[in-house]
Amino acid sequence: MRRYFARKLLVYALTFVAAVTVNWMIPRFMPGDPVAAMVARARVSQPEAAEAMRAYYNNLFGFDEPLWQQYLHFWGALLQGDFGISIWVFPTPVGDVLLDALPYTLGLMIPSVLLSWFVGNWIGALSARRKVLDNTVLPVGYLLTAMPYMWIAVILAWALGAHAGWFPISGGYSLDITPGWSTDFALDALHHWVLPFLSLFLVALGGWAIGMRNMIIYELESDYSSYLSALGAPQRLIRRYAFRNAVLPQVTGLALQLGVLVAGALVTEIVFAYPGLGSLILASIQNQDFFLLQGAFLFIVIGVLIANFLIDIVYVVVDPRTRTGMAGGTS
Amino acid sequence: MSTLPDPVPETAAAPAAPSAPAAKPGGEWLHYAVRNPKLIIGATVVVILLAVGLLGPLLLDNGNPNEYVGPQASAPDGTYWMGTTTFGQDVYAQFVHGLRATFLVGVVGGAIAAVIAMVVGFLAGYRGGIVDEILNMLTNIVLVLPALAVLLIINAYMGVRSVAVQGLFIGLTSWPWAARAIRAQTFSLRTREFVDLARLSGSGTWRIVFREIAPNMSSYLFMMFILLFGGSILIASSLDFIGLGPTEGVSLGLMLQSAQQWSALQLGMWWWFIPPGAGITAIVGALYVANVGLDEVFNPKLRES
Repeated sequence: MRRYFARKLLVYALTFVAAVTVNWMIPRFMPGDPVAAMVARARVSQPEAAEAMRAYYNNLFGFDEPLWQQYLHFWGALLQGDFGISIWVFPTPVGDVLLDALPYTLGLMIPSVLLSWFVGNWIGALSARRKVLDNTVLPVGYLLTAMPYMWIAVILAWALGAHAGWFPISGGYSLDITPGWSTDFALDALHHWVLPFLSLFLVALGGWAIGMRNMIIYELESDYSSYLSALGAPQRLIRRYAFRNAVLPQVTGLALQLGVLVAGALVTEIVFAYPGLGSLILASIQNQDFFLLQGAFLFIVIGVLIANFLIDIVYVVVDPRTRTGMAGGTS
Repeated sequence: MSTLPDPVPETAAAPAAPSAPAAKPGGEWLHYAVRNPKLIIGATVVVILLAVGLLGPLLLDNGNPNEYVGPQASAPDGTYWMGTTTFGQDVYAQFVHGLRATFLVGVVGGAIAAVIAMVVGFLAGYRGGIVDEILNMLTNIVLVLPALAVLLIINAYMGVRSVAVQGLFIGLTSWPWAARAIRAQTFSLRTREFVDLARLSGSGTWRIVFREIAPNMSSYLFMMFILLFGGSILIASSLDFIGLGPTEGVSLGLMLQSAQQWSALQLGMWWWFIPPGAGITAIVGALYVANVGLDEVFNPKLRES
């Protein structure tokens, strides 16, 4: 057990180092010159003044150092929680920009991921049992899981927002309200949250339901199921075993789907102009904001690693093989 | 760390021949295939859309779907079957060209991802130990690396993005979940009796993987390829949507992006944002449904009696 977790943590640490390194490299290879863009934005007419500004910014961002020094500084700053200064919303620190957006993305993702997982598994398990239900769940599930996230978002915004007028289709809260700990703001934010949440929830739900259904049917064909039924065990007992075995890949899948769900949340946020990480990533790409993009990626990387570790813990609980030293589970 | 094997009852020594859902030789397979509604419906939809994507662009007068050809923002009519955009572009012309790009990105991305996933998944799941650890680390690194980041690097090196290159890099970045799924399956299979038997009789790793383990999950592998194919299409559409699509031509994702960018939603121009999304959903959904049909054909236990 302890060795199992120690090995996992080592893998995660190495992964993190690799991810940070890659994250550091990406912006250096990106086209465009952010300093030039900033100088241009300042509309300085005299060349001397422009030159002085360029030197100032180069010094500020550390572009005038050799690469290996930039890399070490990057790590040093990172370990102090410093992600640099955003170019897009200069001079706000990137960490602050991201932390402001984080609650919106988490508030969108955590409920939609967990709810769709539980509800989807439940529906999938039921449909593997009843032919009548299966004939409904299967087409609907495939339809949902085949939908691009941003398209279902657009459809929902069009049908329930623009047409019916039940929900707002833009922003995380109304423009005439100040974010804070008030009931008014909470209700308003909730109102804006419904459609983006529904988009993510519905698409993910289809995937989980289909996955569970297929896994249960697969398990019901396995040797132990045949053996149990040959022994004359009641069908309910066999189904219980099948369900337990089918849940394992679904637990694994929960961690693995995170990358897809992050991408889904990102495009959904763009459709609804929802002020989370997704909208920030789009803005950082459009404005070639190195630091904001790096910071957003690192937030996602850290989030995925933490989630993977939590899944490991859950997996040890549900899969006895990991406890009997058979080195199973996910990492 | 105990190394006790699973307590398996003696009588559970299952027949060494795995219950492989392999196709029966001759006409039996075909007999069930042409009588399976899911397979027929799914395959028909895919084939029709593929034909439209391949032939549609050839039947159009001009080769450029982004040309300004007609009235601006007009609803579908006899001349423009799917209406026109704010700029007077023919939505139908964009749609058929977009279908072509979508199939291409799905095939390229899905095939590359499936091959990598199978090699990594079988090896890691069957061998375990240090091989597993190294492959897992690789899987993790790729997993936490958003496909978006890789495409940014490509964009930096090459000013021009193409559909095929997009598919290639989606394939290189979208295999980890599949590799893990195969690994988990392999891991549960390798503890079963017939694999032990094969191992005792001195078969090599790849022989056991391909003769004992893979046939036992062939339907699962096929399902996985379909999911990767569809997944590639969905990832590509997301990338296109946030402005990282191909710089030349048109794709269904790019159509959605421009519809979003030019407020088709607020203007009520449903003919601009419905077709591209419906096209993606139809292709991916039909593939999934056809796949379930195939599963029933290969797997007698799933057949509705």
